[in-house]
Amino acid sequence: MSRRKTERLLGLVVCLLSSERYLTAIQIREAVPGYPESFEAFKRMFERDKEELRELGIPLETGSNSALDEEPGYRIPRQAYELPEIRLEPDEAAVLSLAARVWRQAELAGAAAGALLKLRAAGVDAEETPQPGIEPRLAGEAAFGPLWEAVRDRRPVTFAYRAAGRSQAQQRRLDPWGVVNRHGRWYAAGHDTERDAVRVFRLSRIEGPVQFTGPAGSVTVPEGTDVRETVREWDTHPPPQQSALLRVRQGGGHGIRRYATLVRPDGNGWDLVRTRYSDVGWFAEYLASFGPAVVAVEPADLREAVIRQLKGALA
Amino acid sequence: MSGSSPRAAAATSSGRLQRLLALVPYVMSRKATGLADTAAAFGVTERELVDDLNLLWCVELRSPDPYCPIDLSYEGGEIVVSQAEQMDRPLRLAVDEASALLVALRMLAEVGVPDGGSALSRTIAKLEAAAGEAGAPSAQVAVQVDKTAQQAVLTQVQDALARGRRVHLSYYVPGRDETTERDVDPMRLLVVEGRTYLEGWCRLAEAVRLFRLDRVLGLRVLDVPADVPADAEPKDVDQGLYRPAPDDLRVEIELGPLGRWVAEYYPCEAVHELGDGRLRVGLRTPDSGWVRRLALRLGENGRIIAPAGLAAQARGDAAAALAQYD
Repeated sequence: MSRRKTERLLGLVVCLLSSERYLTAIQIREAVPGYPESFEAFKRMFERDKEELRELGIPLETGSNSALDEEPGYRIPRQAYELPEIRLEPDEAAVLSLAARVWRQAELAGAAAGALLKLRAAGVDAEETPQPGIEPRLAGEAAFGPLWEAVRDRRPVTFAYRAAGRSQAQQRRLDPWGVVNRHGRWYAAGHDTERDAVRVFRLSRIEGPVQFTGPAGSVTVPEGTDVRETVREWDTHPPPQQSALLRVRQGGGHGIRRYATLVRPDGNGWDLVRTRYSDVGWFAEYLASFGPAVVAVEPADLREAVIRQLKGALA
Repeated sequence: MSGSSPRAAAATSSGRLQRLLALVPYVMSRKATGLADTAAAFGVTERELVDDLNLLWCVELRSPDPYCPIDLSYEGGEIVVSQAEQMDRPLRLAVDEASALLVALRMLAEVGVPDGGSALSRTIAKLEAAAGEAGAPSAQVAVQVDKTAQQAVLTQVQDALARGRRVHLSYYVPGRDETTERDVDPMRLLVVEGRTYLEGWCRLAEAVRLFRLDRVLGLRVLDVPADVPADAEPKDVDQGLYRPAPDDLRVEIELGPLGRWVAEYYPCEAVHELGDGRLRVGLRTPDSGWVRRLALRLGENGRIIAPAGLAAQARGDAAAALAQYD
């Protein structure tokens, strides 16, 4: 932004903040230096300036002082403009500083910095220095930015999505309800408008751009929706109900032993281990990863699955 | 991607206007502010700050009568704003701004960051009140941290950090399927990629190491002061947790559609689409045992392409394991 434009916009803000009455475009041109002589050129520039102020979040109101006024006027109500009073104790300012660091490598980093700047301007002494003891971070993800905008502005989106194990990406349509980071990965949850069902998408599997397919405000999030819960349910395995009997070499299979319900010596350097699992395919892959240190004894389908898995690795 | 310094905000197209609007209340809410401190707080040079102050001072309104709404001085390096009609408060928080901080604060609360009991909940309440409507959409973003680590382990680590004590760890290393015993001088806690880690000087490795708290099988706070060497470098978490070292092994793996998760879970140096959903990935690791176990886990959904010796070892593991089913 050029210096002249910055000066003009600053003048515009101060002018509109100072007036309790609505000022017409003509009155504004008289008060704020920097607008061109030609009325048409002024109108165009003024339109852009208004847009720019609104993008910064400055509440520019349109209205008139009396029913007799033909021209609409503008003002910035102080109450809507000003950050309300906020006072933080030193320990509160410290956690705020820590929070501002969380987005450091992710999409809302600039927003966090902007917020901290305003809070400091309100008198809060929050420094952005690292706190000893703890360092929290959220990871960035390309699709986060547009999906957050869609959630924030309640806009439907479409994107190409490659579901797990699929060879091709498919175009999906979503009324997004929320964005959730679960265990370090970003997900979007919402209503899949083509499948007419609640769906959860992993952001890292979105290929290419996320496009808006409707205006702001056109998505309705159902009352009582808890996106956190939606994603948690989607990502949670059923509780382990099946019981497996394994032979585990002594000194090995620690990962299995951690969750064992029974460990009993079986001679010749082996233990018999009983444990629980929920999904035979997943568990067979896991057991195979221990190689010769673990043998699946029963049930038979688990045993067969491990053998298939190992044969696959041998091929 | 932007950093979170105030400079990041200033770099956007209307960043300077935002800065100017914050500058006046910043100075006014403090009794005295020096040029140098203020410049540092706003992430600008003193020269840029003086230019900002001059610009503010020059604002002029011509109607109804000409007047200058802002009067300030910075003589002797101290900024004083004597008049700033209607500009003594900062602008409200935008939705993105309120959300960035609220989501982060709620995440810290979920992690269980030590906050003297209630600093986080107090700050969240105050920020929600100050943000007003702008804070509402933040409810649609949530962060859930893996809590499989024992809360007791986290509490003990925090205690050791607070008191500067050495700890003894029983730590599971899944890549080698081993439980290791070691003494560690704690440096700090990291909450990165959804997991909580203890960073510390490992007296076994004689190096800085990260320990995932959910893999700590046992922890004892020792009655020995922690002794972190002065030259122990904390990890730069912004560069990613697992940065390959130059002497790490370079591994090439080909993945079928059902093995693509590898590219999502592990930092790969190279990812090539081979068509039909197949991928070829290249990654570096100090631990060849981990790669062998990965190959067994992948089964027919992936195979090691290089190095050839490692591929042969993985096939040997599979053969040895299969032999036990005869």
